[in-house]
Amino acid sequence: MSDHMSDPAQDAEGPAIEMIGVNKWFGAYHALRDIDLIVARGERIVICGPSGSGKSTLIRCLNRLEAHQSGRIIVDGIELTADLRRIDEVRREVGMVFQHFNLFPHLTILENCTLAPIHVRKLARAEAEELASAYLRKVQIAEQADKYPGQLSGGQQQRAAIARALCMSPKIMLFDEPTSALDPEMVKEVLETIIGLAEEGMTMVCVTHEMGFARQVADRVVFMDDGAIVEINRPEAFFTAPKHERTRLFLGQILK
Amino acid sequence: MPGATQDRRPASAQAFVRQGPAPAQPPPASESFAGGLRGNLFGDWRTSLATLAVLTLVGLALPSLLRFLIFDAVWSAPDGELCRAPGAGACWAFIAQKLPYFIYGSYPESQRWRVDVTMFVGAVLIVWLLWLDAPARRLAAFLFFVAYPLQGFILLHGAPALGLPRVETHLWGGVFVSLLVASVGMVFSLPLGILLALGRRSRLPALKLACTGFIEFVRGVPMITVLFMANTMLPLFVPEDLAPDRLARPLIGVALFASAYMAEVVRGGLQAIPRGQFEGAAALGLRPWPTLRLVVLPQALRHVIPGVVNSFISLFKDTTLVAIVGIFDFLKTIEAARQDPAWAGPTISATGYIFAALFYFAFCFGMSLYARFVERRLGSAAA
Repeated sequence: MSDHMSDPAQDAEGPAIEMIGVNKWFGAYHALRDIDLIVARGERIVICGPSGSGKSTLIRCLNRLEAHQSGRIIVDGIELTADLRRIDEVRREVGMVFQHFNLFPHLTILENCTLAPIHVRKLARAEAEELASAYLRKVQIAEQADKYPGQLSGGQQQRAAIARALCMSPKIMLFDEPTSALDPEMVKEVLETIIGLAEEGMTMVCVTHEMGFARQVADRVVFMDDGAIVEINRPEAFFTAPKHERTRLFLGQILK
Repeated sequence: MPGATQDRRPASAQAFVRQGPAPAQPPPASESFAGGLRGNLFGDWRTSLATLAVLTLVGLALPSLLRFLIFDAVWSAPDGELCRAPGAGACWAFIAQKLPYFIYGSYPESQRWRVDVTMFVGAVLIVWLLWLDAPARRLAAFLFFVAYPLQGFILLHGAPALGLPRVETHLWGGVFVSLLVASVGMVFSLPLGILLALGRRSRLPALKLACTGFIEFVRGVPMITVLFMANTMLPLFVPEDLAPDRLARPLIGVALFASAYMAEVVRGGLQAIPRGQFEGAAALGLRPWPTLRLVVLPQALRHVIPGVVNSFISLFKDTTLVAIVGIFDFLKTIEAARQDPAWAGPTISATGYIFAALFYFAFCFGMSLYARFVERRLGSAAA
């Protein structure tokens, strides 16, 4: 495993994420079926599809919130197995933003952001707070730093969650329906934050129903149905000339 | 309606465009405190009737209660003579005379300063710990949980090498033993309860079974049984010269009994933590133990403050049961004192028990108030 880590030059050449023949079952239910997906460094992938199609399960396998049962998942050169040290290494490289934010309600926004830097990266408190303040400014909620999550609007909470993930200086960001739980008027501010990140060249995988956003930032769009990948294409081709019948049906339902 | 258009057609039939601002107005009088009170007490004839009924009951009970407790009470007397007079109220003179016994039990008079010092130090440390804004609370915690038990044990039990004669535990008694049993029970039951609750939720089947078994067994038997078992069975399991002291046995029993209840209270709090909290922590790279310590337990324990305090209060009152294995706790000293022929009289028992009730109520209500204060503080934090 050390050879994965010791050669940054080789790391930089390899893809950010490789999924090779990944299968996953929940009990008897076949949730992910022969998933093959390679994400290049700096690439922005948007995953869409009807609910229950396995989008969230796929993205949650990438930092082992869910364990896959067959196939290989290699993130930043580290293969995910039951080995806890590798899981730790991957989670240090991969930030995640959830549909329901999952901020820690008993901590202030600043404390939410400094918790992992202090206890995982072992930064000094002052250093972690400086880092957190910088990211909170970046997502434009610096003035909310000393409030508790419950005192913020949904959009502000989600931006705080993004800042919290960024504080671990991840190489890859995963977004699991980051705007689905938000009131309509707050979707824009969160998407703009994510677009800002995308423009800086962050590698990201985003599950979303925001097709305008997908068209704007995605390098490739992945369409899933029934646990399998149905179609992968560049956004203009995906939206204007979908090839698979299932994709056309889906797009027909959500775009008028 | 200033600013609104003056169209009187039904709402469904009209378009509406507000012409001016809609300023906030004060609420109607019934929403104010005084208005609400009037409405709640004398809103209609039924509430008025209920209010009057309650006032009548209080009016009937209060005067005789006050007469017994205060106006007809005997405040000072050398013995029970005055208290035996017909019509005499509570015999507070009896309490005053027996107070040292109620506090120290049979602890030798010349050595009672040792109890005083220990209780004083304990009180200072507890105030330090409970005062949320106090400086250096970590130091307070260290002193209270590590240094203080040692100091207390040496001072109370004695160390001939230091010139402190031994005072065997069968002489200990009164308030000080009640407080000792209660604080040992509280201090051990919370951490033990947390460990048991975590064990019960563990994925390791052996650990889970052991913790569940312990909790269910201890909860399934009466406290008195646990005390008897601690008293008679603990000595069987250890070599004779290591057998725990006769006071230590019920202490262990009380702590184990309380921890089983505490475990279930804490488990309720753990179950209230949504899965997203574990996932959020995991995605940040936090391992299971830091997640528990930094994310899960702080939230879970906040949820269960009322339950924990409830357990503490019932534990505090359950300490009276240690009398059954021969420990002279506060209630037992009252039991013993009221047998004194010099003070025999019709009001002695009532006075003694009222005094005991006031003592237990003061402590339990104090805990309840403090818990309410903490909840409000934390509630405003994690809104």
